[in-house]
Formats: sequence, C-alpha cells, structure tokens
Amino acid sequence: MVSDPAALRVYETDGLASERQMPLTVVFPREADEVVATVRACFEDEVAFVARGSGTSLSGGSVPPPGGVVIALNRMNRILRLDPDEQRAVVEPGVVNAHLSQAAAPYGLYYAPDPSSQVICTLGGNVAFNSGGAHCLKYGMTSNHVLGLRVVLPDGTVERLGGSSLEVPGPDLVGLFVGSEGLMGVAVEITVRLLPKPEAVRTLLAAYGSLQQAGEAVAAVVESGLLPAAMEIMDRLAIEAAEAAVHANYPKGAGALLIVELDGPRDEVESDFVRLHELIRRSGATEVRVASDDAERLKIWKGRKGAFSAVGRLSPAYLVQDGVVPRTRLGEALCEIEQLAAAAGLRVANVFHAGDGNLHPLILYDGRRHGERERAEELAAAILRVCIRQGGSITGEHGVGLEKRQFLGEMFAEDDLRAMARLRREMDPLGIANRGKMFPPGFEEAGEAGRALLPSAAAG
Amino acid sequence: MAVEEVQGADVLAPADPGEAAEAVKASRVVVPRGGGTKWGLVAARMASVAGTQGGVRIVDTTRLAGILQYDPAEYTVTVLAGTRLDDLGQVLRRAGQYLPFDPPLAGRGATAGGAVASGLSGPGRLLRGGVRDFVLGIRFVDGEGRLVRAGGKVVKNAAGFDLPKLFCGSLGELGVLVEVTFKVLPAPPSSGTARFGFDRLPDAAAALRRLLRTPLEPDAVDLVERRALQAASGPEVAGDDPWSLWVRVSGEEAHVAARLDRVEDVVGAPGARLHGPPEQALWDGLRDLDWASRAPAVLRLHTTPGRIERLDEALQRLGALRHYSVAGHVAWAAVESVPARSLVVSELAGLADAALALRGAQGSPHVLMPGEGFARRVKRALDPAGRFGGNG
Ligand SMILES: Cc1cc2nc3c(=O)[nH]c(=O)nc-3n(C[C@H](O)[C@H](O)[C@H](O)COP(=O)(O)OP(=O)(O)OC[C@H]3O[C@@H](n4cnc5c(N)ncnc54)[C@H](O)[C@@H]3O)c2cc1C
Ligand SMILES: Cc1cc2nc3c(=O)[nH]c(=O)nc-3n(C[C@H](O)[C@H](O)[C@H](O)COP(=O)(O)OP(=O)(O)OC[C@H]3O[C@@H](n4cnc5c(N)ncnc54)[C@H](O)[C@@H]3O)c2cc1C
Repeated sequence: MVSDPAALRVYETDGLASERQMPLTVVFPREADEVVATVRACFEDEVAFVARGSGTSLSGGSVPPPGGVVIALNRMNRILRLDPDEQRAVVEPGVVNAHLSQAAAPYGLYYAPDPSSQVICTLGGNVAFNSGGAHCLKYGMTSNHVLGLRVVLPDGTVERLGGSSLEVPGPDLVGLFVGSEGLMGVAVEITVRLLPKPEAVRTLLAAYGSLQQAGEAVAAVVESGLLPAAMEIMDRLAIEAAEAAVHANYPKGAGALLIVELDGPRDEVESDFVRLHELIRRSGATEVRVASDDAERLKIWKGRKGAFSAVGRLSPAYLVQDGVVPRTRLGEALCEIEQLAAAAGLRVANVFHAGDGNLHPLILYDGRRHGERERAEELAAAILRVCIRQGGSITGEHGVGLEKRQFLGEMFAEDDLRAMARLRREMDPLGIANRGKMFPPGFEEAGEAGRALLPSAAAG
Repeated sequence: MAVEEVQGADVLAPADPGEAAEAVKASRVVVPRGGGTKWGLVAARMASVAGTQGGVRIVDTTRLAGILQYDPAEYTVTVLAGTRLDDLGQVLRRAGQYLPFDPPLAGRGATAGGAVASGLSGPGRLLRGGVRDFVLGIRFVDGEGRLVRAGGKVVKNAAGFDLPKLFCGSLGELGVLVEVTFKVLPAPPSSGTARFGFDRLPDAAAALRRLLRTPLEPDAVDLVERRALQAASGPEVAGDDPWSLWVRVSGEEAHVAARLDRVEDVVGAPGARLHGPPEQALWDGLRDLDWASRAPAVLRLHTTPGRIERLDEALQRLGALRHYSVAGHVAWAAVESVPARSLVVSELAGLADAALALRGAQGSPHVLMPGEGFARRVKRALDPAGRFGGNG
C-alpha cells in the first residue's frame, strides 16, 4: 500500500495526461483474495476505487475517482495455465498483452488481439476496454477471444462467468463484462483463446499522393471479397512523425500510406496476395513495397505501431481521438476532419484502422499557448460529432472513460442510457467501481433521483 | 395487432416496434417467439410461467420482418427481428456474403431475433466465431415496455455496455428483440469436406486435436457417432465406422483439394471426399439436428476438445446419442428425457462448463449455467417485475 504523496503522483493520471486526480491510496494485490478484501473494505466504507493495469488508457479510464483507491494489478502478472492442446491460457489481469503471445510462441500459438500498446498494456485493461488493434478486421476484438472470467463485483462478491468452451448457454455474461470499463468490478482471472500462428503472412506497403486515394484503395480491397488481417492508413503528418522517430524508411513525399496484411494457410495467402497486389497496382499507388521477410515486415509495422508516440515529437502535446465511421464514408469523414482542423488552426495527424472505419485523429496542440488546449478539445468534440452524425461511434476501442462522457448521451437516447444505468446499479448499488466514468456527468446522480419515480424500482 | 389463442395463451403479433412495446406493457407475462423452430425452448418457458395470474402472452415477432439497411461494402446488415434467416441469407448470397456463425434451423423458418435469443451457432462457427461475435447492435423492448437501443451499426464500437452480446442466449428472458444488426463477411467461393472413419473415439479425438494445432484453418470439424449419422443421412453416408470425423475447408476452389490433402496427412489416413450438394446436405443435416429429430430430449453441452473422451463416457452412461461439433467445443446429446439437474451436476462435474436442454426440458432450459448470481442481477435490471418469466 502506498500513501506517500510523491509515490501517489504516479497514479494520478493515465495516457490522457490532461486529467489528474490524486488517489487516496494505492494497493498492490498479489493474489485475488487481496483484491476481494480491498473491494469489500471499499464497499463497507463507501469508498470509490479504480482497477488499474498499466495506465495506458487514452480516455482517462484509469484516472482515480475523487477520494478513491487505486487497485494496481501489475503484480498479479502470472500466466496461471497455458494449455496448448486446449488452445487456451488462464492468466492474472496484470499480464502484459505481448507477454502472453511470447509465452505461447513455443507451442506455435499466439494471442490475437494486438493493440499498438501491446508491449505494456495488460489483459485486465484490454478486457475492461474491449481493446482492439490492427488485426481486428479478421480476428475481432478482445471480446471475441475471452472465454471466461473470474470477477470481483463491487460489493465484494466473486463470480465466475463463462468457462473455457467457445460456447456458453444463457445470456452472454462474459460479453457484457468485457468492455464495461471497470464499472462492473475487477477481473481477477481471465481465460483466453490462443490461435495457431498463421502459416504465412504477406504484407505490403503502398504510397499514395492523397489520403483520398488510399481510402479508395481500401474500398476496392473490401469490394474484391478479400479478407485481409489488417488494413491501416497513415497520413502525411503521421508518416513524417514515424520517420523521424523510428526511421521506418517509408517512401518519401507520400501523402498517405496504406499497409495491407494477409495471413492464413500458405497456398491461399499466396494466391490472394497476387490478387491484392494487382488491385493495389491499379489503385493509383505511386510506390508499392512488399515485405520479403519478417524483418522487413516488422519494420513496416514499427512505424505504424509507434506512430502515436512519434507524433509526440512534432508537438508538445496532442489528443488521440478514437471515432468510428461507416467504412464507405471514410473519405467524407477525413475531408470534414481536414476542414475542421483548418478552421481551428490546428494540425491533425491521422493513423487508423481503415478496414474497420476506426479513425485515430491525433490533434496537435501547445498547452503553453493561450486557449490552444481548449481549441483542441473543441476540435475533438466536433470530430466525434461527425462520427455520430454519420451513424458511427464515439469510440472503437479506447472506451468512453472520463473523456467522452458527455458524448455517450449524444449517441444514445435517455432510455438507452437508463437501461445501462440500471445494470450498473444492480452490479454496484453504491456506484463505487470506477465512479464518474462512462456515464454523462450528472447522469448517474439524476438517475438515482429519477429511480424513486419509477414503478419498477419497488418491484425489483 | 393480430391476436389469436394458442394453448390457452393469447398470441399478439405486433406489426412494428412500437406495437411490440405496447404488447409488453399490456401483458403480465410475456414469452417472445420467433419462427417456431426451437419449440423446446419456448415450451419450457411456457411451462415455467404456466398458471401465472393474469395469463401468459406470446409475443410473436414474425410480422416484424424486413431488411432495414444493407450496404455490402459496410459488412453490416440491419433487420427487423422477425426476419427469416433464410430470406436474409438469400439477400447476402447475392452480394457474395454470409453469416459465418452458421445459424441452425435457418431452413425451417428460424428468425434473426430467435437466433440471437437462443444463442446457437452451427458447426461453421469454428473459424470465424459464433452468433455473439456477429451481433453489433440491437433494439429491444425491456420488461417495462421501453424501447431500448444498444450497440451500433458499424463493425467496431466500444461505446456503452455491450448489451448486444448479453442478449445472445437470453432466450427471451431479458426482453423482446425488435431489431438486430449483424456483421457479415465475404462468403468463401468453395468448400470441400473429408470424412475419416475410426473404430475408437480416443483415436478420433486425438486426430481432431492434432488438426486444431495446425494452421490449416478448417472451418468445421465435427465428430459423429454412427448411430446418429444413420438417423440423419442413412447408411451410405454413415458408413460402418463407429465414429467419423468430418473436416471442412473453404477457400478458392484451386486450393481446397490441396488443403484436404494436408488434412489427410495430419489425420494420418486417406479421407472420403464430399463436394457440392451432398456436402451441403450433410452439414445442413448436422447443423439442423436431423439426427436427433425423433429424440424426446436434446441436450447441448459446452465443453472443450481435451475433454471429449471423458465426457463421452459420462454421456454413454446417460444412454445418449452423441455428436461433437465445433471441434469438440459443443456436444449434442439426444436422450430419452432431460436428466435431473443433480444428476447432470454429478455426472458432468468438470466435463462440461454448462448445459442447455434444447428439447424436452422440464422447467428451466438451463440445466447448468455459470454466473447465476450475476445473471440474476442482470435480470433484475432489465426486467424487474419479471414480465419475461423466471423472476430470479
Ligand atoms: C501508444 C498507445 C497505443 C495504443 N493503441 C491502442 C490500440 O491499438 N488499440 C486499443 O484498443 N487501445 C490502444 N491503446 C489504449 C490502451 O492501451 C488500451 O485501452 C489498453 O487496453 C489499456 O490497458 P492498461 O493495462 O494500460 O489499462 P489501464 O489504462 O490501467 O486501464 C484501462 C481501463 O481498464 C480498467 N481495468 C484495468 N484492469 C482491470 C481489471 N483487471 N478489471 C477491471 N477493470 C480493469 C481500468 O479501470 C480502466 O477503466 C493505446 C494506448 C497507447 C498509450
Ligand atoms: C415439434 C414442434 C412442436 C410444436 N408444438 C406447438 C404447440 O404445441 N403449440 C404451439 O403453439 N406451437 C407449437 N409449435 C410451433 C412453435 O410453437 C412456434 O412457432 C414456436 O414456439 C416459436 O418459435 P421459437 O421462438 O422457438 O423460434 P425461435 O425463433 O427459434 O426462438 C428461440 C428462442 O428465442 C426466443 N425468441 C424468439 N424471438 C425472440 C425475440 N424477437 N426476442 C426475444 N426472444 C426471442 C424464444 O423465446 C425462444 O426462447 C411447435 C413447433 C414444433 C417444431
């Protein structure tokens, strides 16, 4: 347990550096029982708490609630079981995403969800946010790979959800818990599916004069019926940043880069790749590079995976957005973002999961300049509204957290939010698990008052 | 709204989501119904709510039919819940797409809402995922008669609680689905199946596990007892072997045969090949439980490939016909009657995570289910007055 102010400061914030809150204290459980004891104590004293993995949340999800306790799970980082025959692993929540794939590698297996932060983020954080990554297009999100959970509910009750089979009967409780942003309790044990490593992987990099051309290439690939494992786009600014940071040796002067990766059984990948290559060559690419070995492939990905942090070199500060638009409206959305950025007088770098319509505009700003941060936040809001207007979502993988609370109410109607709030209240009558996150500001409190008026409250 | 009477229960057939909400509000106890394909599930619910004061209403969703939004380039489709899956399948096929979870009983009139609510997927769920992995958004009527929307219409979305997944397998106990958005994928251009015969189950199960460790990406791997196959397809397909392993691969026509050769290498024996209509008929039959059509009771058990042999011994003691689907993650067992829960618990301890009675259930269709405390809280939140029965 930590209560020294200097040491507490480390836990004051997460990947969204602009939000800070000093925790009351930080506990470092090594065993599930210690988590249970902590949660029970919080419940008895009505103290809010937040579970924390590596604190890489970009939406303020792991910022402590005011006066709250941080349950830091990094020390619960054992792989409890790795069963190659059953193709599954049982892990503690603090296991780092990439470590699991490393441990599975000797058996020819890997864990598919690969957020760009995979070398530091934890599986507990991945579960809470239903994290994605570059390979979601073919393999789905975290939720598609979690079979079972052992969770500590906010009143200290322990429940097992799901199991180790691919299928469960009854309502999909694992599916509900995954992505619930720490509001339904703490995952203390996670059973995940491991997949055989694909036999063959082929990656190409194509340079285009403009973002729009790259977007059209994505549409052409989708239309062809090919199912790539990943399709990622970076714009000029993101390329510049990645170049400066990791020297990926990307084509010079490109307006946009498209990375497409195919994986699967060798014969299929080889013939699909011929089709893909042909398609890309006809798509107006100024240069096409094909990774000839693993080293070249990793180099292509290094620039992409390092793009967020690389952008940090171009600007003293930046906001990462995470909106989704219908894939067919990507071009339109990117144009609008460009216009909005110009109007705000701010630079925006785009790197994104193009195959999923999942945008990550990085809004560059200088907090020392008067009013610039506010303008950046306004621009971020305007971008999210573009996503909502187009029928998309305010988050594809980073969660709502603290940052996007007010937009949840713009995406959903009041009755929709109330249904979620009722679920939250049944799981957590005191509202102590990650209090203040996800729901619009003031909503939960108003919900409490409104509840007395509902005839259903008494019957429940 | 059309009203008829069935089995002493009124049947309301709302024509739009608003009428569905009104139907729920106006009823004391509601059992939602889709296409009538999984009668066991509805019958069990009817039995569990029978005698309810004020009567039971069936809310029939079949008039809530139609495709609301479909743009193939989006890989998503939004339909009203009563839309028949075979109608939807035809529309998707014309665009070269499909629902990879391989919903059972599609040909018999199963609906989108019923498929989601029953949470059942066919053998083809092995490679790309089950129904839960393909439901992106829903609209439903909750226990208070409110229309609620959750999830979205794009392939990726992390905003709010994932109620679309929660509703998979909810069996009408959490609300009446009125609209569903599915993710779809490009359909593979062709497929081929190899059949391998075995005298002993352990050898067949070992071959199955070897296959799973390869990167060959079979999209269906099922292991079936001869007696079950005979009931489904007659002796010529069933063959003489007590057990047969069926492996399907999909992709470009040029590669399917070569991939089946590699499957044979892994299994260590030549396989009999099936293509075209006979192949389709076999998998349709397995998926739609043709082999169990005359069994008084059918159980679906949720297990893992590593437990097949031990589970099989237990199922044999229960006198079951057995079919292991989804590479051994799902065991179908046709039995004379649903065994008492206590017997299931004692016989199957550690061998299956859970079990569902699809037909012949007395009372609750869940014979064994993890997370019941959590499920009760969910139920109280969405249906506090117990309008959808099972007032846990
Ligand atoms: C450079 C960079 C790149 C990124 N790239 C991606 C990406 O490609 N895809 C993507 O999806 N995300 C990405 N992220 C965001 C982030 O890494 C993920 O959301 C990740 O899952 C967070 O994991 P964490 O361990 O850091 O969790 P934290 O930040 O510590 O916590 C995140 C949330 O999870 C909750 N939580 C943590 N552990 C538990 C638990 N055991 N039980 C219940 N709740 C828990 C917390 O309360 C909080 O709400 C990126 C972040 C950075 C900084
Ligand atoms: C062998 C057999 C015997 C039959 N006997 C009778 C009889 O005696 N009397 C009679 O009236 N009919 C009978 N039928 C016809 C049949 O009852 C109905 O049409 C059937 O009950 C409804 O189908 P279903 O909802 O199970 O279909 P499915 O659509 O497959 O539904 C499966 C499950 O999903 C739930 N569900 C379905 N749609 C929704 C939705 N939109 N939202 C939420 N939950 C949903 C259901 O409650 C059920 O739990 C029989 C059918 C068969 C095959």
